[in-house]
Amino acid sequence: MRARLIPWLLPIAILVLWQAGARLGFIQPTVLPSPTAVALAGWNLAVSGTLWTDIEVSAGRAFLGFAIGGGIGFVLGLLNGLSSASEAITDTTLQMVRNIPHLALIPLVILWFGIDETAKVFLVALGVFFPIYVNTQHGVRSVDPHLLEMGRAYGMSNRALFLHVVLPGALPSIFVGLRYGLGIMWLTLIVAETISATSGIGFMAMNAREFMQVDVVVLSILVYAALGKLADSTARLLERSTLAWNPVYAKV
Amino acid sequence: MTVAVLDHTRDRSARSNSSGAALSLRDVGKSFGAHRVLEGITLDIEAGEFIAIVGRSGCGKSTLLRLLSGLDTTTAGSIAVDRMTDGWRDAVRLMFQEPRLLPWQHVIKNVEVGLSGVLSRVERRGAAEQALAGVGLHGRGRDWPMLLSGGQKQRVALARALVSHPRLLLLDEPLGALDALTRIEMQTLIEQVWQEKGFTAIVVTHDVAEAVTLADRILLLEDGAVAMDLCVDLPRPRLPGDQHAAAIEGILLKRLLRR
Repeated sequence: MRARLIPWLLPIAILVLWQAGARLGFIQPTVLPSPTAVALAGWNLAVSGTLWTDIEVSAGRAFLGFAIGGGIGFVLGLLNGLSSASEAITDTTLQMVRNIPHLALIPLVILWFGIDETAKVFLVALGVFFPIYVNTQHGVRSVDPHLLEMGRAYGMSNRALFLHVVLPGALPSIFVGLRYGLGIMWLTLIVAETISATSGIGFMAMNAREFMQVDVVVLSILVYAALGKLADSTARLLERSTLAWNPVYAKV
Repeated sequence: MTVAVLDHTRDRSARSNSSGAALSLRDVGKSFGAHRVLEGITLDIEAGEFIAIVGRSGCGKSTLLRLLSGLDTTTAGSIAVDRMTDGWRDAVRLMFQEPRLLPWQHVIKNVEVGLSGVLSRVERRGAAEQALAGVGLHGRGRDWPMLLSGGQKQRVALARALVSHPRLLLLDEPLGALDALTRIEMQTLIEQVWQEKGFTAIVVTHDVAEAVTLADRILLLEDGAVAMDLCVDLPRPRLPGDQHAAAIEGILLKRLLRR
């Protein structure tokens, strides 16, 4: 029980100091409103319902982009991990594209898609693609060749080899890509929504800035943080349950 | 050259006769590019025989085993199992030096890997439980392989090899990585299941004492060819320190060390 509380001590202490600082006048409300003010702003937005629709819109964009970019990355990663012919054809090209920071494409993306949904989903998909691709390919490549040989000697079909040897063997690496990809997903979305949006959390923040509602701006930052943490925790939970065979993941 | 050592009661004919496969190799060769690893191997192995292949590193003994397992194909000559030159792969099982268990599957599932797909789920589980009990790991089916000791892992690998009732069991230095005591236990276990089931067994080893403990017949490979073909006619179980066994070990070691 105590071990579970320890990680939360520091955040709570920061919150208490922040609240005290705001209450005693050390921190100006126009710079940083107190935690209670932020909570109140959140409460009001939650009651009116706009907070939920904004979260829904943002999460929808994030996960659609993730599904598209991650899906393509996963399939290409598997293909290039399994087949050296496929790798010879595509890998060099992909590695060249990988070295372009995807956020540098924003002006071009706006020219192509305008500022509507497609632009944001495209950016997220592009950002998520590479970590998933690279880690899936690496995972497939690093599957123990001894186990593959064993599978062949024991008459496993290609399908059985893939399902029981290659995929589970690549899974730890695939999860690294997944968690990394989730981080990039939120990062890309924040940037894309801040630049141009008419709904979503980024829009909420930029809109609040126009009206000097610092509490809402801080709130939207916290919402991003909470969503990111939630996605990461879910991935970790998934990781821990599927990799239970591995003592590195089994503990806790 | 064949050296017969003494003539004790041969227990081979007494053993349940015989689910083992007879092997016949004719002029078998294997080259990798220009490099010839095996050349002109001609051998007949009786059904139910226990063969040990010894030799220095690089003599081609592991390659020969891989040819017999079907993991590699010959570049010359032919291999026939029960007079069939093809379609015998399912009757052959190979045990490796490392256990090579799938770490992400429970022990019982690892044993089931040794079964072909025709059985129902219940039949598979039943056969696997039985094989696991046969190697002294009854009730450990739900453990993760990572939690087992080296000897236990190799027992699981043995159960996986035996679960399909192979007629030829190939063992590629299966005890090389085990400590001395576990190794003796495993030798006893392998001998015991071999006597029970009557399969043909071929073990590759660099441990001359192990070869003499286990085998009916020892083949010494040298530069890709059979240099010695020794019959070990000693009663089982063979205890360490037996002087007849020591005599055969001496003959083998002398040849291996080229003294």
